[in-house]
Order: sequence, then C-alpha cells, then structure tokens
Amino acid sequence: MTGGVEETSRVRTLLLEASGWQGHRAGQHLDVRLTAPDGYQAERSYSIASAPGDPLAITVERLEDGEVSPYLVDVAREGDEFEVRGPIGGYFVWEDDGNPVLLVGGGSGVVPLMSMIRSSAGSTPIRLLYSSRTLDDVIYRQELDSRAGDKLEVFQTLTREQPPGWTGYTRRIDGDMLREVAWPAADKPHVFVCGSTRFVDAAADGLVALGYEPLSIRTERFGATGG
Amino acid sequence: MPPFSRGFQGRRSEGPADRIPPGQHLVDDFPVLSAGPTPHTPLDEWTFAIEGGAEPVSWTWEEFQALPSEEVTKDIHCVTKWSKLDTVWRGVSLDTLLGAVESDAGYLLAFCDGGYTTNLPLEHVTDGKAWIAYDYDGEPLEPEHGGPARMLVPHLYFWKSAKWIRGFRLQDEDEPGFWESNGYHILGDPWLEQRYWGD
Repeated sequence: MTGGVEETSRVRTLLLEASGWQGHRAGQHLDVRLTAPDGYQAERSYSIASAPGDPLAITVERLEDGEVSPYLVDVAREGDEFEVRGPIGGYFVWEDDGNPVLLVGGGSGVVPLMSMIRSSAGSTPIRLLYSSRTLDDVIYRQELDSRAGDKLEVFQTLTREQPPGWTGYTRRIDGDMLREVAWPAADKPHVFVCGSTRFVDAAADGLVALGYEPLSIRTERFGATGG
Repeated sequence: MPPFSRGFQGRRSEGPADRIPPGQHLVDDFPVLSAGPTPHTPLDEWTFAIEGGAEPVSWTWEEFQALPSEEVTKDIHCVTKWSKLDTVWRGVSLDTLLGAVESDAGYLLAFCDGGYTTNLPLEHVTDGKAWIAYDYDGEPLEPEHGGPARMLVPHLYFWKSAKWIRGFRLQDEDEPGFWESNGYHILGDPWLEQRYWGD
C-alpha cells in the first residue's frame, strides 16, 4: 500500500503497488487476501477504481459487520503489505469504441464506473446516473464535478437528505428518471449498472422497459455481506 | 510465505472447518449475483428442454412439476467467497431427467433465460449430484435467486448452478459457458479453489 485517500466517512481509496501486476481493463476487480500473524487468512474482491495505466487503486466501503473492509478502511496504512490477485473478470468490462456509454451506479457501485470514466480518452459521450444517500456519501464528488462537461454528463440523486439548493434528483432511481437520463436504446449504448441487488434490479428492469436489449445491460450486484 | 497484514486479526469463521472451502467465509443471508437483468418468464411459457440426445425432449411447467422430486439439504459456495450451509431445496434430479434421453455425450451446456450458459461434465451432474430446483426453503424459488427454476450443483462453485435455467444441450466437448469464457475456471471445484483461469 503506497497511500490512502479518504473519500467519505465510510469509504477510502487505497493506492497499491503490486509486483508483477500486468495491467487491467476498466471495470475489472481484484482479490485482496489478508494474513493474520497466526496464518489465518481472509479474502474479498474489490473493484479497481483507477484507469488502466495509472497507479493501481481500489476504493473500499466499510461494512459494519465486515471482516476485511474495516481493516482496509480504518487500519491499513502506507507501507503495509497484503496479497492481491487480479485483474479478474471479462464481463463487466468496457472497451471504448466510441459508442455512447450509460453508467448507472448506486453507492460504492460507482467505483468500477469511475475506472471507466477515468480511462475515457474524452471523445466518447458518457452519461453517469449516480445515486447516493446524502451529499456527504458521494464518492469522488470533486473529481466528478471537475470532469463533468460536454462528453461526461453527471446526473445525481440524493435519496435520503439533500442540501439547500440541491438541483439534482431526490428519490430512488425509477423508470421516469432513467427515461430522462438514458440514451435512446436505438443509439446502441454500452450500459453498465453497479450497486446493491435492489438498486441493480430497479435500474435494469427500468432500462428493459425503455426498450434496452437485456443482454446489452451489464450488471454487477453486491449483497449486504461483501465483507 | 505471504506477508503478515499488520494489525489484522480477522474474525474467525464460526463455521465447521471441514465444510468451509479455502478462501470462503460463512454468511447467513443469501447474496444475489447475476449477470444482467432478472428475467420474469411466465410459467405458462416455461419449458425445460434437453437437446442433443437421440430425440429432443421437453417438459412444460406442469409436466415438470409432475416429475418425481427430492428435497435436499446442501452447503453452497459462491466464487465471490461466501458460503452458506444447510440450504434446503426441492427439485428434480438430473438422473431423472437424463433417464428420459438416449445419449453417450460427456458434457452439457446449460442454457437460461437472459442468455446465460454454463458447462458441466456429465460425471459431475449424475449419481445424485445435481438437481433442477424450483423450491427454496419450502417456498417457490424467487426470481432474484433463479426462479422459477435453477440448476443446483452444490459441490461446484455456485455460478454452475445456473439461474433461470430452461434446459441443456448434451455435447461431446466441454464448451466454456458464460463465466467460463470470462476468466472463470472451466470446472470450479471449491475444495481445489478452482476460481479463475490458471487455477
């Protein structure tokens, strides 16, 4: 571990230097294995947040009943060592071919989507619909603000509490919201949806209702017990 | 020797060691992992088909329900590292289904609503090793967990237990399915930790 960035009170980015790392594609994940002094080990998977070619980074949300995430968020510090394995996955992966991209993320589901945003050469139109509970829970808030522009449109919803003057959405993701944000299905966009099971099912069902081909909707769900 | 992770103690798994494969941890809930949207196929349009035998065979939902079923209690292991013990299922044994087909194929490729496929050697799904399950914990299987019916091959990583299954094709060759083409192991034995390509 070469550094850490506190993203929110529950979320931290860990910068890693992994010997033998062969590089990754945007959207892939890696496995972390921790080893206790007595040899006990625990493994979990985490999405890669960095763009291919940039210093390797994962962004981890602390799960209160978790085993590995509290360590990564609260305990691990620069210079600490643990094993990583990867990159893993060939499905939830984006290759920039110029087609428009729709990214739909709930909570820390934004992490693999951020890898895609960071890896974009800047000429492909990307729309991100990102749902958080409160403004303080928004991961990568400043970076998203600064990256947003002609080619990256960022739509946010805050489902629990909104600051005064908030102009984004204020409810859970639904069909009307997707209709306003999503590219027309006829544009053949690449679609990536990541979040909790309930979030992903709501988003994917909504997109199917808008005429999106089910097979074109790439999803990644995380349960309550990612650890 | 792997490096020690400074300050890591871990929360030892409360589960019996001989039932938790390497790298797995126990959960009490039932996480959902699927590729793509959850399909919702009406039961009156549902069929289960076996292709690639001497004659194709297929069952409607009603016919499938009339087949002899078994209740089984099994431990399941997801490649994303959770394991769940003593899950209770009801379904039709693949021995029963394959008994309706004449074939000397060595493999099957399961196909599902939503386009998902997964491959299995027949020796891993016969002799009481695999079922097409339609009840979980005494209730009809929920769509998010693969209902109306899913494969159950509990001795392999759970992606082999294909959700929303609609049948399989018997084949002479082991053709990689969806995850098997996307970085995951061709067989997926959790006790050998066959998670990914190269394991």
